[in-house]
Amino acid sequence: MQTEKQSISLTKKILQAISDASLIPFLAILTAVVLGGIIIYFVGGNPLLAYRGLLEGAFGSTKALSETAVWATPYIFAGLAVALAFKGGLFNIGAEGQLAVGAVFSALIGYALPEWLGFDLPTIIHLPLAILVGMLMGGLWAGIVGWLKAYTGGHEVINTIMMNYIALNTTSFLLNGIMKDRSPTNVIARTPLIAESARMPAIFDGLRVHWGFILALLVAFFIWWLLNKTTLGFEIRTVGLNPDAAQYAGINVKRTIILTMALSGMLAGLAGSIEVTGLNYRHELGFSIGYGYDAIAIALLGKSHPLGIVLAAFLFAAMRNGASRMQFLTQLPVDLISMIQALILLFVAADAIIRYIYRIKAKGERVVLTRGWGG
Amino acid sequence: MDWKRFGFIALIIIVLFSVVVMIGQAKQPPLLIVTSMLATTIAVATPLTLGALSGVFCERAGVVNIGIEGMMLTAAFFGWLGGIYMFHIFQLPPSVSIVLGVFFAILTGALMALLHAVLSITFKVDQIIGGTVINILAVGLTGFLNRQLFFGSTSVFEGSVPSSPGVLPTVHIPITELFASICNSSAACLQNVQAINRVFDQKPIAMGAILLVFLSHYILFNTRWGLRTRAVGEHPQAADTVGINVIFMRYANVLIGGMFAGLAGAYFTIESVPSFEPLLTNGRGFISLAAMIFGNWTPIGAWAASLVFGASQAMLINMQIFRDVIPPAWSFLQESYIVGLTPYILTMFILTGIIGRTTPPAADGIPYEK
Repeated sequence: MQTEKQSISLTKKILQAISDASLIPFLAILTAVVLGGIIIYFVGGNPLLAYRGLLEGAFGSTKALSETAVWATPYIFAGLAVALAFKGGLFNIGAEGQLAVGAVFSALIGYALPEWLGFDLPTIIHLPLAILVGMLMGGLWAGIVGWLKAYTGGHEVINTIMMNYIALNTTSFLLNGIMKDRSPTNVIARTPLIAESARMPAIFDGLRVHWGFILALLVAFFIWWLLNKTTLGFEIRTVGLNPDAAQYAGINVKRTIILTMALSGMLAGLAGSIEVTGLNYRHELGFSIGYGYDAIAIALLGKSHPLGIVLAAFLFAAMRNGASRMQFLTQLPVDLISMIQALILLFVAADAIIRYIYRIKAKGERVVLTRGWGG
Repeated sequence: MDWKRFGFIALIIIVLFSVVVMIGQAKQPPLLIVTSMLATTIAVATPLTLGALSGVFCERAGVVNIGIEGMMLTAAFFGWLGGIYMFHIFQLPPSVSIVLGVFFAILTGALMALLHAVLSITFKVDQIIGGTVINILAVGLTGFLNRQLFFGSTSVFEGSVPSSPGVLPTVHIPITELFASICNSSAACLQNVQAINRVFDQKPIAMGAILLVFLSHYILFNTRWGLRTRAVGEHPQAADTVGINVIFMRYANVLIGGMFAGLAGAYFTIESVPSFEPLLTNGRGFISLAAMIFGNWTPIGAWAASLVFGASQAMLINMQIFRDVIPPAWSFLQESYIVGLTPYILTMFILTGIIGRTTPPAADGIPYEK
């Protein structure tokens, strides 16, 4: 009897917590959608038709659902990357660059390794190796910023952005030079196709959704476990909340900062690796552009919680995927989606505005997400 | 600003200039290369200088502004768009349209800054997140409107981008004419004077930016307004106690900062080239933040740091001119992608604090709670 009561109250508590946590994001999305509708109306479109197209395009058929999952895959990884950094008190604006680096190296292992070795590798070795190398290079790319932050105090916000431009320039250099696809018809800055043995299989025949999607969900669970059930996760969160207290408690703050940043970069690198091995089978210049900002929006919308991020990634994926159907029905440009996503982000980040509009009282303490130039 | 940092800035600029002179002297006399490098440096440093000034005003008042990039981008778009509307729809003469375009750009910068101020001062949103929101909003807004207004089904321009009214003209400072008599009609002397004259033949926003550097210095350190601005950025509680309106001072300075960022945006589409493309600011808003930090939150220091970045960009541009005379040992200088890394690596290097640490205003980034 007693345990039953307890379990009921626990369920109630969990439900209460979920509804508390999702109320603001839900209202933010609602407000952005309404405001987006007003914008559509003013530029001469039909808001209802536009949103119908968006929903049909995202969920209207099995193929649409599969494509939404395909879009969601890199969003989940990149969103987790930014969220993990947030938990450690770091702001990673560099997911874009880390993703590009991960993708370039996965592609390199994918197409060049059999040539170097002189024989074909079995999938069971080649595919994990391609993913692993991409992931580690993404981690290294971000780890540099973490090291600079820990040992010199160089602020990660500016440094990750600089690393984005360095990644973009360097990949341009490589993709126009030594890594360029040499096939005679090619004029685009892209790598050759990766070997069959480095490709991830699709889950269902005829649909593009691949095992990377399942991996993304597993990694989301792993990050939740890492953050909440391990010592490292505890250290990351403690440094994020209060580095001075963490230092006093005997946590190696410098090491934790570097590790957090490297882990974050590994997740972003994974996003790139999975896109190469699961979907595009090559890296093409410029494909990473925009993922960095989307990842920030997804992390904020998901309140840096892995479950929230999976849901937020689905929302963003659905919007991207449904956009072409919307464009077909209403002739509105796809860029409209970026506009609505920016509005969602605005209202999620500035939850005070949402609280003000809907008269909701603030609960609990203010969460520290970033620090100024000094810390 | 201490001498160590100014020395570092001078050293980097001299090194960058020397590389170009060394390679280019096969083609042009050194004086001509140095003056053309100087002219390009000053011109391309303009948006960085203005962006850094924008940061100085916001952060001296205690508001971190990471949204300079977005403010510039939006201002570049609306300034350019405003010029086109004035020229094509209202049939105004090109010169008037251009000037109105600059005005629109400044206004846009101020409006974006107003959003940042509302978020960070009134709603006390985390200021770095608030700035990121500005940046993302800018990309979405300009990308969407650029497509919709020109290629949308209801576009008044019927699916093509109309010609812009043009760019701001170069203001000629008649140094050559003044010195012509001194040269005593010696051809070599006249050539040198003409070469030097090129440095001073700048466009209005580039010249205005330099004037604004010194004006900002005067305002910040020699006027009551500047004292109050610095007070609310260092210790808002104390400022409030002596009767300074903290909220008003912060709002006003963020708006001033927005206008600077708006003028920087105008540089891209109204002074440099008469066209807009998505993402054209290319990280220069963030580089100007680094310039502001390296300049220790002072206008003159920030300007000097901006010139370093300007010089590295000028090197990239001049390297294209001297492509064919680059010696084999220096062939990596032919790769624009590799030379193009210089400003970004320089930024990261400067932020390490090896050249001396800088101190932000004490209350920078902290919302004011009474």
